[in-house]
Amino acid sequence: MKITVRVWRQKKAQSAGRFVEYPVEGANPDMSFLEMLDVLNEGLVKKGEEPVHFDSDCREGICGTCSCVINGEAHGPESRVTTCQTYMRSFKDGDTITVEPFRAKAFPLIKDLVVDRTAFDRIIQAGGFISVNTGAAPEANSIPVPKHASDLSMDAAACIGCGACVASCKNASASLFVAAKIAHLNLLPHGKPEKDRRALAMIQAMDAEGFGGCSVTGSCEAVCPKGIPISFISRMNRDYMVAALKMRE
Amino acid sequence: MKLDAKIPSGPLAQKWTNYKNEIRLVSPANKRKYDIIVVGTGLAGASAAASLGELGYNVKAFCLQDSPRRAHSVAAQGGINAAKNYRNDGDSVHRLFYDTIKGGDFRAREANVHRLAEVSLNVIDQATAQGVPFAREYSGYLATRSFGGAQVSRTFYARGQTGQQLLLGAYQALMCQVSAGTVKIFPRHEMLELVLVNNHAKGIVVRDLISGKISTVTADAVVLATGGYSNAFYLSTSGVASNVTASWRAHRKGALFANPCFTQIHPTCIPVSGDYQSKLTLMSESLRNDGRVWVPKNAGDKRSPEQIPDSDRDYYLERIYPAYGNLVPRDIASRAAKRVCDEGRGVGPGGLGVFLDFRDAIKRLGEPVIRERYANLFDMYHEITIENAYKTPMRIYPAIHYAMGGLWVDYNLMSNLPGLFVIGEANFSDHGANRLGASALMQGLADGYFVLPYTIGDYLARNEVKRPAADVPEAKLAETETAARLNKLLSIRGKRTPVEFHKQLGRILWDNCGMAREEAGLKKAMQAIAALREEFWQNVIVPGSHADLNMALERAGRVADFLELGELLCLDALERRESCGCHLRTEFQTPEGECLRNDTDYAYVAAWEFTGAGKPPQLHKEPLVYEEAHMAQRSYK
Repeated sequence: MKITVRVWRQKKAQSAGRFVEYPVEGANPDMSFLEMLDVLNEGLVKKGEEPVHFDSDCREGICGTCSCVINGEAHGPESRVTTCQTYMRSFKDGDTITVEPFRAKAFPLIKDLVVDRTAFDRIIQAGGFISVNTGAAPEANSIPVPKHASDLSMDAAACIGCGACVASCKNASASLFVAAKIAHLNLLPHGKPEKDRRALAMIQAMDAEGFGGCSVTGSCEAVCPKGIPISFISRMNRDYMVAALKMRE
Repeated sequence: MKLDAKIPSGPLAQKWTNYKNEIRLVSPANKRKYDIIVVGTGLAGASAAASLGELGYNVKAFCLQDSPRRAHSVAAQGGINAAKNYRNDGDSVHRLFYDTIKGGDFRAREANVHRLAEVSLNVIDQATAQGVPFAREYSGYLATRSFGGAQVSRTFYARGQTGQQLLLGAYQALMCQVSAGTVKIFPRHEMLELVLVNNHAKGIVVRDLISGKISTVTADAVVLATGGYSNAFYLSTSGVASNVTASWRAHRKGALFANPCFTQIHPTCIPVSGDYQSKLTLMSESLRNDGRVWVPKNAGDKRSPEQIPDSDRDYYLERIYPAYGNLVPRDIASRAAKRVCDEGRGVGPGGLGVFLDFRDAIKRLGEPVIRERYANLFDMYHEITIENAYKTPMRIYPAIHYAMGGLWVDYNLMSNLPGLFVIGEANFSDHGANRLGASALMQGLADGYFVLPYTIGDYLARNEVKRPAADVPEAKLAETETAARLNKLLSIRGKRTPVEFHKQLGRILWDNCGMAREEAGLKKAMQAIAALREEFWQNVIVPGSHADLNMALERAGRVADFLELGELLCLDALERRESCGCHLRTEFQTPEGECLRNDTDYAYVAAWEFTGAGKPPQLHKEPLVYEEAHMAQRSYK
C-alpha cells in the first residue's frame, strides 16, 4: 500500500503547530495503524529528523494510552477499537490519512500527537475509589453481590480512560468517563457508603478541570472503544440529583 | 559475598506468622518522618505505594506512563489464584504452595512461596472490598475457574480483563492516598540511576520525560516495582515501553541479578505476521479450558481446518499428557507446540502456529456460553487476524511473556543493597524456572499489599543510614553521569536507529536463548551481542535533544541496557547445565524430550554480580533447601 499521512506536528505546548504530509511506502493491510507510524518514524530517525511523537504502550487495546484522531474520528474509522487495534486494512491504497491529537481544553498538548490527560487522574482522586485500607477488608464472600449488578458494574469498569469520549464531544465533556466510574462503584454494595459523596465530588472535579457539560449527542458512546453505553450518564445524573437533594436536608 | 536469604526459622507454615510477630515496627508518629520512593505503578508498585501511604509514610511514586493506571499489569487477562477452596475441591494453602513450587520446577524459594500462598486469601478479600467486579454466580458469590497447571478451580477472574480490574483497584487505592496527601505521583518520569550513600539505596536520578529535566530524589528507602525484561527479545507480550533500565541501573550499582535465563514463553499468542510487527498479542491461557489444541496428523496437510476430520487431527497435548490434557503448564505446552512445528506440522504462514479449536466446546455448551466467557478475546483475535474463531479454529504460537528472573531479594524482598526493595515481576523469588498461570497478579499484589509494608518497616526502624540531602556528592555524581550518557547517545549521530539494534538483539536472543538452548548457540549469541553493543555505541542515531520529550532518546537508553542484559541472559543459560522449567538445554533431555533437571548440581539461585564494564560478571549461589516440598520430576501425564 502507498499511503500519505497528514499529521499534526507541534514542538511544544507554547509553539504553533501545523499539518505536515509524509509519504509512507511499504504499508500493508495486516499492519496496525501504529506500526505504519512506526515505519514512518524509522525513516525519519534514520534521516536524523525527530519522529512523530505519539503515545502507545500495550498495543492490545487495554491500557488506554494511544489517543489519535484519525480522519476526524477518535481512534479511527472502526467502531469499538482503539487506535492501536486499527489496522491498515481499514484504509485504501493511495489514501491520505489525517492524524491529529485529542483536542480539549482539559487535555493540553505536550508534543505532536501527545496530550496531557492527568485531569482524569485528578477526577478519580476526588472520589473514584472505595476508601478501604489494606487489611480492613472482610472475607470476600461475606457480601454477596447480585450477578446482574456485578455484571453491570463490570460493563462500566471496562472503561480504559483513553479520553476518546472527550475528544469527540463538541463540549469536550468527560461525562461518559465520570459516569462509568460512578456506576462501577455505586452499583456495588461495597461502594454504597460513599455513593453520594462520590457523585458530587467527581462531578465537581470534572467541572473544575474545564470539561464541558454533557452535549447529549451520544458521540462519546459512538467512539468509545469499549462500548460504554451513554445510559450510565443518566444513572450518574440520577445519583447526582439524589445526592444533591440529600445534601440540602 | 555471602548471600543471606534471611529465611526465618521454624516450621514452614508458621514462618511468616512468627516473623511478623518479631519484626521491628515504626511507631505511627515516626512513620511520617520517612520518605519512600516507589518506582513503577503496576500491581506491585501501586498496591505498595497505596498501602505505605495508608500506614502514614511519605511516598513518592514514579511511572513512565502518563497515568499509573496504564502500567502493563493492565493487560493481564485470565485471572488470579487464591487458595480459598470455595469449590470444596480440596484446595488449600499447602496445595497452592506445592503447585507453585512444582510448577516452578523446584527452583523457587520455599519460604517465599508458602507466604505467597498464605496471603493469596487476603488479596482476594482486599480486591473485592475495593470494588473489583470479579465474576459471580447467580447466588451472588464469587465464581472461579481452573487454569493451566492446576487440578483445582482456584482462579478468580473479571471477564478477560482481570489485570485491568485489579490494577484499577490498586490505582484507585493509590489515588485515594494522593487525595489524602500521603502519596505524590510523578507520571512521565523515568528512573535512570540509583543513588547509594554508604552502600545504602537512598535515592534515584529521574528524567522528567516532558521537560527533559534530570534531578535527584532522595528518600529513606527505594522500592523498585518496574516489571520484567521480556522486551529484551524485542517481540514479546509486554507493552512497548516496558524495559529493564531501572533494574539494570541498580544491578550496575551492585544489586545482584538472579536467574536471568528463566524467561517464560507463553503458549497462546497470536502468531507473527510480518517483520514490521511491534509486539505480540497474548490470548489468555484460560482459552485452554475450552479450546482443544491440535495440528494435522500429516505434515503438508493443506486442507482448511474445518475440513480435516478428527481422524486426521493430532490433539497432541491430550495424547501425550492425558492427566492434564490442554491444561499442562505453559512451558510444557510451548515446547510441545515447537516440537510439532519442527516436525513440519505447523499451520498458518511459515508453519509457525498450531490450532486452538472451540468447535467441541461450542457444540457442548452453545455459542452464547463461549461468548460470555471469552467474547473480548475472540473480538481481539478477530481485530488482529480478521478470522472468526467461533467458526474456524484460532492459530496460536508461543511468545516471550514473563521474566521469572530479576533482581535478587531476601525474604524481606530487600536486595543485597540495604534499603533497595524489589517487588512484583522485577524480583526473582516466587516462580522459580516457570510461572503458573494466574500467579503473576497474585504475586504482584501479595508483595505490594501484604509483604513489603511489613518488611520495609523493619529496615526503617533500624535507621542505620539517614536520608541524605538531594545535593550530596553521590547524588551530584550520579546526575552528572546520567546527563553524560544521554549526551553521548545524542552525539554519536551514526546510521542505524535504536529500533534496528533492538530488533537485531531480539532475533539473536529468540534464536539462541528462546524455547531451546544449547552450548554452541549460547556462546555464539554472547559474541554477537557483544559485537552489536560495540556497534551500538559507534553507530546509533538519535535525533533531537534531551531538553524535551524525545521518545527516540528514551528508546536508545533502554536498548543500551537490554544490550548488556542480553549477554548476561545467555551467560546464565550457558552456566546452568541442566534443563528446568522454561529453560530447556537440548543437551539435557529425557528420552521423551522432557526437561532433565539436575538437582545435585543446580538446585541453586544463580545471582550475578556486576564487576565493571567489560569485565566478566561474578556468580554467587544461593542453595535452595526444600524442607516440605519433595523434589520430584514433574509429570503432567
